[in-house]
Amino acid sequence: MHAEPPLPPIASDVPSAWGRVRGSRRIADKVLKASAWIATGISVVVLFWILGMLIIQGGSSLSWSVFTQATPGPGSEGGGLANAIVGSFVLTFLGIAVATPIGVLAGTYLAEYGRGSKLAALIGFLNDILLSAPSILIGLFVYTLVVQPMGTYSGWAGAIALAIIALPVIVRTTDDMLGLVPGTLREAGVALGAPTSMVTQRVTWRAARAGIVTGILLALARIAGETAPLLFTALNNNSWFGPQLIGGIPNLPVTIFQFASAPYENWRQLAWAGALIITAAILLFSVTARYALGRDNAR
Amino acid sequence: MSAGTETVVYTETAARGRTMSLSTRNTIFRALCLSSALLVLAVLAGILLSMVIGGWPAFRAFGLGFFTGSAWDTQSDQYGAWPAIAGTLSSAVIALAIGVPLSLGVAIFLTQLAPRWIRTPVATAIELLAAVPSIIYGMWGLFIFVPLFAEYFQVPVSNVTEGLPIVGTILYARSPTGLGVATAGIILAFMIVPFIASIARDMLAQIPTVLRESAYGIGCTTWEVVRYVLVPQAGVSIIGAIMLGLGRALGETMAVTFVIGNANRLSTSILDPGSTIASRIANEFNEAIGLQMNALIATGCILFLVTFVVLVVARLLVARMKAV
Repeated sequence: MHAEPPLPPIASDVPSAWGRVRGSRRIADKVLKASAWIATGISVVVLFWILGMLIIQGGSSLSWSVFTQATPGPGSEGGGLANAIVGSFVLTFLGIAVATPIGVLAGTYLAEYGRGSKLAALIGFLNDILLSAPSILIGLFVYTLVVQPMGTYSGWAGAIALAIIALPVIVRTTDDMLGLVPGTLREAGVALGAPTSMVTQRVTWRAARAGIVTGILLALARIAGETAPLLFTALNNNSWFGPQLIGGIPNLPVTIFQFASAPYENWRQLAWAGALIITAAILLFSVTARYALGRDNAR
Repeated sequence: MSAGTETVVYTETAARGRTMSLSTRNTIFRALCLSSALLVLAVLAGILLSMVIGGWPAFRAFGLGFFTGSAWDTQSDQYGAWPAIAGTLSSAVIALAIGVPLSLGVAIFLTQLAPRWIRTPVATAIELLAAVPSIIYGMWGLFIFVPLFAEYFQVPVSNVTEGLPIVGTILYARSPTGLGVATAGIILAFMIVPFIASIARDMLAQIPTVLRESAYGIGCTTWEVVRYVLVPQAGVSIIGAIMLGLGRALGETMAVTFVIGNANRLSTSILDPGSTIASRIANEFNEAIGLQMNALIATGCILFLVTFVVLVVARLLVARMKAV
């Protein structure tokens, strides 16, 4: 039963070993093992229950029109999610595009310049707080920062809110991944006369590239399904949007939220289809990131 | 001058120019890195500042009564945060009460009990639980869990507890729809499992194998190894992990909004509908004007400060272990 090969199976059910063990000890042990198995079982069942629900409900609602038609207005027939899918792509891409350079540079500061400095330690610590800050408050913040002054909801506000959520994820992984690069590589670079910036860009970043890209993927997976920060920033819309991204921008998460418990059957169907699409995309990102990270660590 | 000398002069100047530009580039790069890092600080400070400024009119209008008042009346512009605060706290406590045993069970399973072949797939499944968006938990909660919860828990339990003192007030559903604070707490419990379990697992895995082996060697059972070796070693950081889960549960929005019932009134029963700070903001903010908007931001400010403190303590406890 044990993980470590050198361990003899003392605590597993060897009858002679249990024979001399007091009953209460035996029961405590059995209860612990059973509860751990049950707890794990419940958690895994919930995951597969959710995935099964999405595949059954979402799969039956999927059709080509989901990808080709715009979201239907209240009471109108048919429709699809095309505008919401494109809108989500745009918002997520813009969010990542804003967060990536800032996050990688900030992570580089923490790992390359700030080792041992109090400021860097503080920033690293607060970054971890931002990592788990309630996302709805980030939506409120961007509302007061961008939506109120502009006087209108916009895709830009939504993208900024998503960027703020992606930022700490990228900072954390960049910092961690650069920390794994052996110091001798940097020393070799410096010994050739290269300044720190060049060593960082040409040597350290390159060595940690797979890890940093993984961080960006993780951030992508994190923000692609975020709903709360978009409620007051990008809002939503039932039509297509212009390249200025002004006004409510259609996006999948908020569409799902609005359609899921709506009184119209076609809206509910679309919500299930959207839920399946978005979860499939996110799980794909996460699994890719995991695979990439595993390979990176093994190297 | 011959062409050869010219070339030499040219390369020297170019080299010098290049070196200078390199050092300038070096400074610029460092400044860029530093300002990006400072931006993280600025964002966090900005969130706090915008909450305080936006919520200030409500704090000023109602004073301390804002925290304890339970009116939420847009007609007479009276706002009190207590029902939302109570809903946030009680759903989070329920989430911990269910989620902590589950996560610790998962962590113990993965580090102590799981046969090798099952460990990686189970660990992946638990991690994917963290990747599922909160709105999907909300849909699962509303369409799958809520009907089951109403039929197999709320109705039978309410039948038993009806009229009983104390239990009858806490565990009685006036209308057993399945929506309510307890439902939200249960959904939250599943959402925080992967976060607590993954940190607890790391902490348990960090404990030197020698310690476990010697405990098993003197005849300890798995329970005794967990109770007397692992818990004392990793206890503090596991509390940190639990508090991280608490931080998540307090601020979770979409899943809660789906299943909590969104009642502004405060009920004594956890089986009745309620609201949390986050769900109330999600529901009302877009239509809110004037003092109602300020009141909502003020509740957001309370949520921010509470989660901030919880997360700071959590990170300090978790980091203490990592440093060892």
